[in-house]
Formats: sequence, C-alpha cells, structure tokens
Amino acid sequence: MSEVIDRPLRDDEKPAASRLRIVDCDVHPSLHSVDDLNEFLPKRWQQHLKEYGSHLRTPYLFTTPYPRSSPLIARRDAWPPTGGPPGSDLAFMQKQHLDPLDVEFGILQVLDLFIFSQQNLEFGAAIQRAINDWQLAFWSHRDPRLKASILVGQDGTDLAIAEIERCAKIGEYIQINVSPRANEPLGRRRYWPIYERAQALDLPLGIHVGGYGGHAPTGGGWPSYYVEEHQSNAHTIAAQLASLVIEGVPERFPKLKIVFIEGGFGWIPSAVWRMDQHFERFRSEVPHLKRKPSEYVREHFWFTTQPIDEPDEARHLRSLIEWVGVDRLLFSSDYPHWDFDDPRFAFKTPLTEAERKKIFSTNARAVYKF
Amino acid sequence: MARHIVARTSEIPPGGNKVVDIAGRDIVVFHVNGEFFALLNRCPHEGAPLEKAACVARLTSPEPGVYQRSRVGEMLRCPWHGWEFDMRNGQSWFDPKRFNIRSYPVAVERGDELQKGPYVAETFPVHVEDSYVIVEV
Repeated sequence: MSEVIDRPLRDDEKPAASRLRIVDCDVHPSLHSVDDLNEFLPKRWQQHLKEYGSHLRTPYLFTTPYPRSSPLIARRDAWPPTGGPPGSDLAFMQKQHLDPLDVEFGILQVLDLFIFSQQNLEFGAAIQRAINDWQLAFWSHRDPRLKASILVGQDGTDLAIAEIERCAKIGEYIQINVSPRANEPLGRRRYWPIYERAQALDLPLGIHVGGYGGHAPTGGGWPSYYVEEHQSNAHTIAAQLASLVIEGVPERFPKLKIVFIEGGFGWIPSAVWRMDQHFERFRSEVPHLKRKPSEYVREHFWFTTQPIDEPDEARHLRSLIEWVGVDRLLFSSDYPHWDFDDPRFAFKTPLTEAERKKIFSTNARAVYKF
Repeated sequence: MARHIVARTSEIPPGGNKVVDIAGRDIVVFHVNGEFFALLNRCPHEGAPLEKAACVARLTSPEPGVYQRSRVGEMLRCPWHGWEFDMRNGQSWFDPKRFNIRSYPVAVERGDELQKGPYVAETFPVHVEDSYVIVEV
C-alpha cells in the first residue's frame, strides 16, 4: 500500500541484534543450589563445604561479599520466575538474554563460591573441578551456544596444571581462567607453568575481575564503600597488566593470548603510555623486554567492553576506542549482573559497521576460535 | 490527548505497578502512597524495563555521616544501573536537565462518574463502586 511502510528496512534502521549475531564474552551462570555440585564433588569435600563453607581471605569479621547494592549484584529483572538466583535457570536465560539479543556464543564466567579466593587450596581445587564439570553438564551440553572455561586457582599451581590437563583432554573448554587477585602479582615466575600450558594448548588465559585475594584491592588499602571497591577493579587489572608485561610473560610465551574480563577499557591508554615512557628511561632494569610495553599489549592482550565508560561527549568514547584499538575489544554484557550492558545501547558513540562487527563478533571469534 | 481507562485502583496495590499498552506505547503505572503515576516503561539510558524498578526514597546527606530520607517510595531506581528518577515528572535525580523518562497525566475517577455522558437513551440502575485509573496519552 504505502511505499514507506513496505520499503525494506535499511541496515542502519534495524535493531543491532537482528543484523549482527553477537559473541558475549561475559555471561554469569549461577548454581541453583550448592547441591548441584554433589555429583561432581567427592563426599569428603561436600562434607567440608557443609561444615566449614568458604574460607576466604577477607580481613574483617562477618564480611560477606553480598549483598552490595543489588542482591547477588544482579539486575532486578533477572530473578527467574521459577525461583533460584539470577543466572541459575537456563530457560529463563535463553528467553531473557540469549534469544532476544541474538547471542551466537556466550562465554560462561562462574563466580559462585568465590572459587578463586579459597585459602584451602585443596578445597579450592575440588570445587574448581566440580564447577568445571558442572559448566558442561548444566550449561554447554544443554545449550551449545554457551562455552565453558577451565577455572583453576593459580596458587596451587600443581593442582591447577593437573586440572588444566584433565579438562583439555575433554576438549570442550575455550579458555583457562585464573584470578586477578592471587598471592603474588600475575607476572611472577611461580605462575609461569600455567601460562606455559595455556600456550601449548593454544587456550587464551581469561582473567575476570573480582574475588577476594589476600591483599587490599586498592593500592591505598581496603575501601569503605562498594563504589570505591568497584572502581578498584580497573586499578587491579592495570596492575596485573603491568606485572604480566614487565615481568616478561608475553616475551617468554610469545603465542599466549590474555583476555581481561570486566575491567573496562577506559584506563588503558594512560596505563600503556606510562609504561612506555618508563620503559624508555629504565630499560636497563628490564633487559629481558625486547620491545616497548605497548607492543606487547597490542599483540597479546584483549579487553572485554563492559563496564563501558560513559563520557559526557560521545566523541571522547570514540577516541578511547580508537586509542585502545578496535581489534582489542570484545563485547561483553555481564548478564545478569546489575551493571549489565545491552549491546543495542551500550556504545553511545557512532561505530562503523565494520567496527561493530569486530567488537561484537569477529574479534572474539578469532581469539576463541569459534 | 485521549483518555484511557487502564485499571481499577484496587488492581494496583501500594508500591506496585501495572504495565499497559496504550497506542503501541509500553507504559507503566505506579501506585505510591495513594497516588498514581504513569511513565514510559523504558529507562532512557539502556532501555531497561522500569516495571522492575525499585520504588525508593530520596536519600540526601547535607554532610558526611548525616543521612536523610524523604519522599518515601516516590523515587524510581532503574533495575539495571540504578539511575534514579522522580516519579512525579520523570526527571532524573542526578542530571535532570539531560535525562528524563516520558511521563503522562494520570487521573483517578469514580466508576459512576465515568458512566455519565451526554447521550442517555434509556436508564437502568447501575451500581459502580470502584474507582478507575485513567492515563492521558
């Protein structure tokens, strides 16, 4: 009837989701209950979990990480109608997130039980192993879009290597996840066996922010407020980026790929500029580095997009993306957490179709080899 | 603007809300302390559904360590990123000049008043006890 109505939509008029299948590099599944792990957890550790629970390294009495502002740090609309915590119901996750946003692949990031932060390394290894099995049985095998990671605690390095080998034989995991808050900075030599295995298996190393390490999350000590703590995610990642680069991890493992997850990317330009500047002045201290830190960052590291910084002027975000590099960014939503980014509205700055495609899909496909 | 009867007052409990489709628009009607407010059901930031928002108080602090709550239940906190809006006019609390939610006039009228019209052909005894929420769009 009307030409206007019958005219097919131009590409730029369609919602992003319908013209671009996305890879979401940060989707959080949750245990419905810890009993979900029983089939994967030896009786001895089930008993331990029941009697002792988590033994974390937080310094204060009665500090539980939740709730902080939003219960289970989740979107208020993400509680499954069937009960259980946000992220624990696959059908609801499909209906609310995977289907409407056209998620082609979603990478699971498990935070339950503060898996990386356990003081008891053997208990930590037992629940890491159980969670690794649970990711396949409860998620990937029920929805092949959802990809699992091998979660290991790097302070029990020998236990971590054994778990990496066990999971690698299964062949379904797409990365190896370690904590951003280990006992020592991540570049230290004691963790190199993990990086060596990651390189040999050609699995990227995923580092998701958070957790409760033995150190204060900021260089200034323990923050009073959640707002402060949330800020510190970026500082922690920046410190770990410097540690990995300057201790020579990319130099030693030239094929290793490292993905920082949920650290945002606004802080990257100044951190890298400073590293380069100091490298010029103090290179005799670190003669094992053959190239400028920025070159290692641009070849070995990727960064997921959420939380996206939202400057008042859109062009500043645009400049930031250009400085960091369109090839370095992997879209992530952080579903179902309170600071979730909707891929249709997250980037409040113009991106070309080619740039969108890279950030929302092809960069991740190249890193994870989908 | 047309007037749309969207609910009986008893349908929306205090602190609750109802989502209605009016002329293709997703509108959410809140009941706060006996008053009703209608807003577009979409956060201007990233599009979160406001029907899942928390109805909170305005929290202010004249100085560190001193806290004051006011207008209990009248502030809307987005279910995703916690942006706060004034339910009465849809203005954001943190940046009212740049961000607001579209709001619509709301009236509450008794059912028997709604029955009245200029054209009455035949009368029957009608007993209407409910009140109705009316949104103008």
